[in-house]
Amino acid sequence: MQVPDDLRYTKDHEWVRREGDEFVAGITDYAQQQLSDIVYVELPAPGTPLTSGEPFGSVEAVKAVADLFAPLSGKVTAVNDALTGDPAAVNRAPYAEGWMIRGRAGDWTELDRLLTPEKYRALLAEVGGGAH
Amino acid sequence: MNEREQGMTADRQAREGGAVAGAAACNLQGSVELIFERSVPGLHGYRFAALDIPEVAAEEVLPAALRREAPPLLPEVSEPEVARHYTALSTLNHHVEKSLYPLGSCTMKYNPKVNEELARDPRLAGLHPDAPESALQGILGLLWEFQRALATIVGMDAVSLHPAAGAQGEFLGMKLFRAYHRSRGNDKRTILIPDSAHGTNPASVVLSGFTPREVRSGPDGRIDPAALASAIDERTAGIMITNPNTLGLFEKNIEEIAARIHAVDGLVYMDGANLNALMGLALPGAMGVDAVHMNLHKTFSTPHGGGGPGAGPVGVKAALEPFLPVPVVTRDERGFHLDCERPRSIGRLHPYAGNIGVILRAHAYIRSLGPDGLAEVSRAALINANYLMRKVDSAFPVAKRETCMHEFVSSASWTREFGVRNVDVAKRLLDYGFHAPTVSFPLIVPDALMIEPTETETRGSLDRFAAALQAIAAEVRENPERVRSAPGCTRVGRLDEAEAARRLRVRWRPAGTGDADDRERG
Amino acid sequence: MSYIGHSFAESEAMLAEIGVASFADLVAQIPAKFRLQGFLDVPPALAESELRRLFARAAAADYDPVALPSFLGGGLYDHVVPAAIDALVSRAEFATAYTPYQPEVAQGTLAAIYEFQTMICELTGMDVANASMYEGASAAAEALLLAQAANRAPRVLVAGGVSPRIRGVVATHLDGTGARLEVLPEADGRLTPEALAAALAGAEPASALLVQQPNFYGLLEPLDALAARLPREGAGRPHLVVSADPLSLGLLAPPGRFGADTVVGDLQPLGIPAQLGGPTGGYFATRTEWIRRLPGRLVAEARDAGGRRGYTLTLQTREQHIRREKATSNICTNSGLLALRATIYLALVGARGLAEAAHQCLARAHYARARLTTLAGVRARHAGPFFREFVVALPQPAETLVAEIHARHGILAGIPLSRFDPARKDELLVAVTEKRTREEIDALAAAFGAALKTRRPA
Repeated sequence: MQVPDDLRYTKDHEWVRREGDEFVAGITDYAQQQLSDIVYVELPAPGTPLTSGEPFGSVEAVKAVADLFAPLSGKVTAVNDALTGDPAAVNRAPYAEGWMIRGRAGDWTELDRLLTPEKYRALLAEVGGGAH
Repeated sequence: MNEREQGMTADRQAREGGAVAGAAACNLQGSVELIFERSVPGLHGYRFAALDIPEVAAEEVLPAALRREAPPLLPEVSEPEVARHYTALSTLNHHVEKSLYPLGSCTMKYNPKVNEELARDPRLAGLHPDAPESALQGILGLLWEFQRALATIVGMDAVSLHPAAGAQGEFLGMKLFRAYHRSRGNDKRTILIPDSAHGTNPASVVLSGFTPREVRSGPDGRIDPAALASAIDERTAGIMITNPNTLGLFEKNIEEIAARIHAVDGLVYMDGANLNALMGLALPGAMGVDAVHMNLHKTFSTPHGGGGPGAGPVGVKAALEPFLPVPVVTRDERGFHLDCERPRSIGRLHPYAGNIGVILRAHAYIRSLGPDGLAEVSRAALINANYLMRKVDSAFPVAKRETCMHEFVSSASWTREFGVRNVDVAKRLLDYGFHAPTVSFPLIVPDALMIEPTETETRGSLDRFAAALQAIAAEVRENPERVRSAPGCTRVGRLDEAEAARRLRVRWRPAGTGDADDRERG
Repeated sequence: MSYIGHSFAESEAMLAEIGVASFADLVAQIPAKFRLQGFLDVPPALAESELRRLFARAAAADYDPVALPSFLGGGLYDHVVPAAIDALVSRAEFATAYTPYQPEVAQGTLAAIYEFQTMICELTGMDVANASMYEGASAAAEALLLAQAANRAPRVLVAGGVSPRIRGVVATHLDGTGARLEVLPEADGRLTPEALAAALAGAEPASALLVQQPNFYGLLEPLDALAARLPREGAGRPHLVVSADPLSLGLLAPPGRFGADTVVGDLQPLGIPAQLGGPTGGYFATRTEWIRRLPGRLVAEARDAGGRRGYTLTLQTREQHIRREKATSNICTNSGLLALRATIYLALVGARGLAEAAHQCLARAHYARARLTTLAGVRARHAGPFFREFVVALPQPAETLVAEIHARHGILAGIPLSRFDPARKDELLVAVTEKRTREEIDALAAAFGAALKTRRPA
């Protein structure tokens, strides 16, 4: 289970990385494992406003579909178009090729309220230990 | 046991052993062929009678812009080829007359032949509902009798025959609730649904304009009264429950549940998918239920048809009767009618009066069973389910250890330790000649296997099924790869559904058009 | 009759194995107050021979659809049902199989659905078709719900020529969704491009236009001209939804040619008997761009590890059993066996046979209308092009004439429009399929002639 140390995480298993004025986000290794083979990723158009904690798209596997929740508020500046033809990239490399959106943040203090890698690992330990 | 019985038992045991051994030695066949691939230009099957009236040129009576230019791409085959092709396709299906279909909440019982014959009779099957009513008194009489029988079976006051399926019955129920609340000036928004409910329940609620609100089940799988109490408020329009619930357990507190809902002028809808457990034993109408749908293609033996047609008639209490969709089959001193004069009706749900062909089959079933036969059904269904549950428990532990009703839920969680999942167990069952049970439902049981044998299965069939599950449990421990790679004895092996969903090839195309990889590879 | 699998003696042995003293222990979980006292008050069981007698008596109290020529239409038609269809769909492998959730043991059902999907795409000129709907009316409702989900405009435009039954079912489904149905006025039974333009000129955007082809009166709507008036670009543009008779598509242009967003219809004319209204089956065809909004089931091609080609249900995440409250629809059972009937019908007749059937419907309806309108006082109600069905205006109430023709001449002459609109008591909807012989049509004309000559007291 990969949990890179240079990222921040949401309780809904998204990750976010700050890159200067922008951020990049996607779903975590745990999330892609849970979903298994991803067949489709529904992403918003560039320019779409984002509200932290609100759904901005969805990721579809064969037997499950999950909403994607915005880690930060702001605006979408770019989406990973490669996922249209190759949604499995999210399974192969959720933190690299499988990135989903880039955005401009409205309020960087929100980043501090997200989970640190340690806190996210702790969350994973909790859910991983459960029956489901 | 006398000698003859002993011989028969030994015979049966040998067959059981054979079934288990046979699963080891078989292999996958080839790709599945389509009718288009049998096409030969210039062939066609059906011949129409010659035109015996003056010819009419389409060009003269139809505007060019509205006429077809190129013919549709349909196969060109003879009737013998059509017969061969569809016969061949049919052999690739599991079906009720092959062996057990233990799908939970689907009630895959035997579909009686006489019911088919009666419903297909051209003198009934050819009737048009817009013929003069005086010329439809026979069939309308059958429908009226059927409505009455259904109302009796579930303890309700009136029945609508309109819904084409259980899910549409749920939709109708919700529409009736809306009409009721509107008529009383109530501002109602939510319908409560237990977390163990089938997915059609919340979907039907949303489609009708209400908002679903989930209610937790307690540790015994039944609706948690505390959770219910905190979920009810003035905006509660009603509750949608399944009884017995999707774990096969009777909702003991249903009267209290109904009372709490009624206390806020809410209504109780019962998903009747599991009616096979209650017929002749208990009446939903006596439990505080205001509306209940029945699945004719489950409880009432009409065939599933590979995905339909079904029918989901809804029984209602008198308070909801004025809102029923039109037409309603009624009777007065002049005879039977398709009554559309109902000012408070919610309007049309079915374009006509329902799936009459399905209803005729169900009516024949009820008439041929009678009161004794209907009671026998639930008795035998409960005995078969409990018997099978005992035999399966050691292989796949049952979720709730108490007597079940007509179905039970096992968990396959223990197989994860061996790198196997419940879906693999399901696929391996196919190699043993059975259909798999319902997998991964209800959601509240991890790695669920939901099993409903029905009353038409013999004891031997149940024993063989239990033996297969025991054998597979052993395989999971000793040879997990065989289970993981199952099925190995079917026409095709496990299909790559992820790739299918990515490619989305949803229609055939001739070679050389569309996708590059049209070629057969297997 | 009993289909129970175990004998009573066996059941006692099974109870012992279960570990309970008696059956009463198995039902102990049902509180006594709910338990039925005695047996259900339904009629006593009938043996098979008695059952046959019951149904035969019911049939005898109805008109004989095999013997009486029927000119009834209005959405259900007396078309041929080739014998091979019943023979093949009666096979238990097709009829008693469940929904194909385990594809490896359901390739028969799945391959046949894949064929069906392909054939519907070909008939309609659309990219993707689903595995069938309950019937054509709810299919139209679902198409309008799809448009609503796509563009969220509240106004739904419905051509006046859409069947009142379809309009009724659509209204029931759209009630409570915020959508408002607007029925557009008809001019000589059809929707004119000008009337459409006027409706679109309003400030509020329209979500969709629903048109039926041929329409309820049997008339051909000017789909080409109507489509030209609809904006085809822009995110919130109205959807063009066409409810098209599948048999007519053997002769008529596929609605895909006019840029339809969704094409729906009822499969009954393709080898399905009327059955007093159901079960029939609906079809739903749309563009690739809406594939993820498709209601109902969808079958896709798939491969196994060895490269063998098979078929499987796909995009199930849209469906209720996974998406639950976020499902695109709540459809579970649909009309599998009826779609199979339609598939086998289309395989038997082929494109050539379908065109032949459609052509005969066209020709026979024209012949019938010509014969009827030679009678004094009988005139064609509409002037536009028509297919298989037409409305005649009569000099006397249609309901009375129809009753007399049925009683005296044993012919089902048509559907009086007064059933749908009391103001139209003199109008009759007459359908003429490929099954109506010259002799039957001439007999109909003669029957009208005789009935019209009869004087009725005022």
